[in-house]
Amino acid sequence: MRRSPRLLLSAVALLGFLGASCGSDDSDSRATTPAEDAPTTDTPTTVSGDVTVFAAASLTAAFTEIGEAFMVENPDANVTFNFASSSELVTQIGEGAPVDVFASADLNNMTKLTDAGNNAAEPVVFATNLAEIIVGPGNPEGIAGVADLANQDLIVVQCAPEVPCGSYAEQIFANAGVTVTPKSFEQNVKAVVTKVTLGEADAGIVYATDVTAAGADAEGVEIPADINVVAQYPIAVTKQAPNPQGAQAFIDFVNGEQGQKILASYGFLAP
Amino acid sequence: MSRRRGRQVGLPAPVLALAVVAVVFFALPLIGLLWRVPWSNAWQYLTEDDVLTALRLSLVCSLWATGLSILFGVPLAWLLARVEFPGRGAVRALCTLSMVLPPVVGGVALFFALGRRGIVGQYLDQWFGITLPFTTAAVVIAQTFVAMPFLVITVEASLRQLDLRFDDASRTLGASRWYTFRRVTIPAIRPALAAGSVLAWARALGEFGATITFAGNFPGTTQTMPLAVYLSLETNPEEAIVLALVLIAISFVVLVGLRDRWFGRIDQHPVVTP
Repeated sequence: MRRSPRLLLSAVALLGFLGASCGSDDSDSRATTPAEDAPTTDTPTTVSGDVTVFAAASLTAAFTEIGEAFMVENPDANVTFNFASSSELVTQIGEGAPVDVFASADLNNMTKLTDAGNNAAEPVVFATNLAEIIVGPGNPEGIAGVADLANQDLIVVQCAPEVPCGSYAEQIFANAGVTVTPKSFEQNVKAVVTKVTLGEADAGIVYATDVTAAGADAEGVEIPADINVVAQYPIAVTKQAPNPQGAQAFIDFVNGEQGQKILASYGFLAP
Repeated sequence: MSRRRGRQVGLPAPVLALAVVAVVFFALPLIGLLWRVPWSNAWQYLTEDDVLTALRLSLVCSLWATGLSILFGVPLAWLLARVEFPGRGAVRALCTLSMVLPPVVGGVALFFALGRRGIVGQYLDQWFGITLPFTTAAVVIAQTFVAMPFLVITVEASLRQLDLRFDDASRTLGASRWYTFRRVTIPAIRPALAAGSVLAWARALGEFGATITFAGNFPGTTQTMPLAVYLSLETNPEEAIVLALVLIAISFVVLVGLRDRWFGRIDQHPVVTP
């Protein structure tokens, strides 16, 4: 009864406009994890072999580009990605999927993995993301802020509280002191984007990176910092990593100058 | 198609072996699921209000979808099986396309047709103030869209195998076309109709992608069981397993229960009583 996220991805690629399924994204501000500062230099020596990276769906575009840049620097290495919602990836890793690196869209799912004893080292936050209101091109309903979303005549969609982007939306509504009645609780952030870009919904709560990725099909309305939340993206080498050197090199690359530059170009903020 | 029990058929060993592999292939995932069921908490999960609401919505919507599939699908199957017209192959392909279409794409296509900006949907909105997305009607439409082809192909296959002489006899005895369709054709294809309806219903009950895309996910309005299962998988896999098991149990009971009652009648001949 559940469709495979990869099937969805290919379907979506076929149509060429839709965001994929998957991708519950983001983080959970209350969890604790990362400690060390990001290394600022790329790997001194090149690594080789296959590096399998499981990454949150919201990282799809940025990580694909990072992977290509990594392989330019490390011609003997071959990076392959599996993009899905962070919680699905945790399940897959728990079931023994052969994976070197896990990049989560929230601290919560990374903690789940750590608690299950599947991380080799302490995770590091490599990027952050802010929530934003997504509206149609030209902002036809003239939405200026979170308070406007309380209007019952608007079709507002948000992620389900079960996925991180949904719990953020609820935190933001609570911070702003508004009651919003969404028409739908979507299973991931890309589904919210799709409904707004198709014009079926008037507004939704998504990440700044999603608005960037939507390009001309949508616009973002910023949420003031005092009521907004910061989604944190942690990354770690997994315990069963077949290629731990390659895994660490990839993580260093993501945290390095080039990786951070690519992430920034997709709208991610530095940790 | 003997219904007699215990009739021994000399099955070649390799065929038997492959059949057993097939049975194991289907049984193993189910056993895996049962193995992980948190039996001690199961009842508590099942009696949550959200779950009962989703279950009721699932049953109501899937029955509506099955009804609509029968209402429109049987005439469609009859058209495809009995009427020669140019482009029939293309029409058949068109009407069964939603079976192979990834359901999420089907949901998006429904937006383009019936959504607020859709080909027909924009006029529904402008003229009548009707917006289908995010309503229970949208769930039924999404389910019918993906489920009806299962009924159509089953019924069409049966109509093609049917001996046309029964219809001819009925007609020569003075029965009208409508009477013949109702009293001769329909009874003759009843096993296929039952099988097709059950297939369509099962598909509608498990529908996920088109529903969540076109109808969204809102408890009580559009959140069916598969949607509830998917979301609880994000936070509480135990609950998801219990909910999935409920869906499986209901489907299993229906599939087993209906089989003997309806499917066994395949060799029964239609009786014309004008």
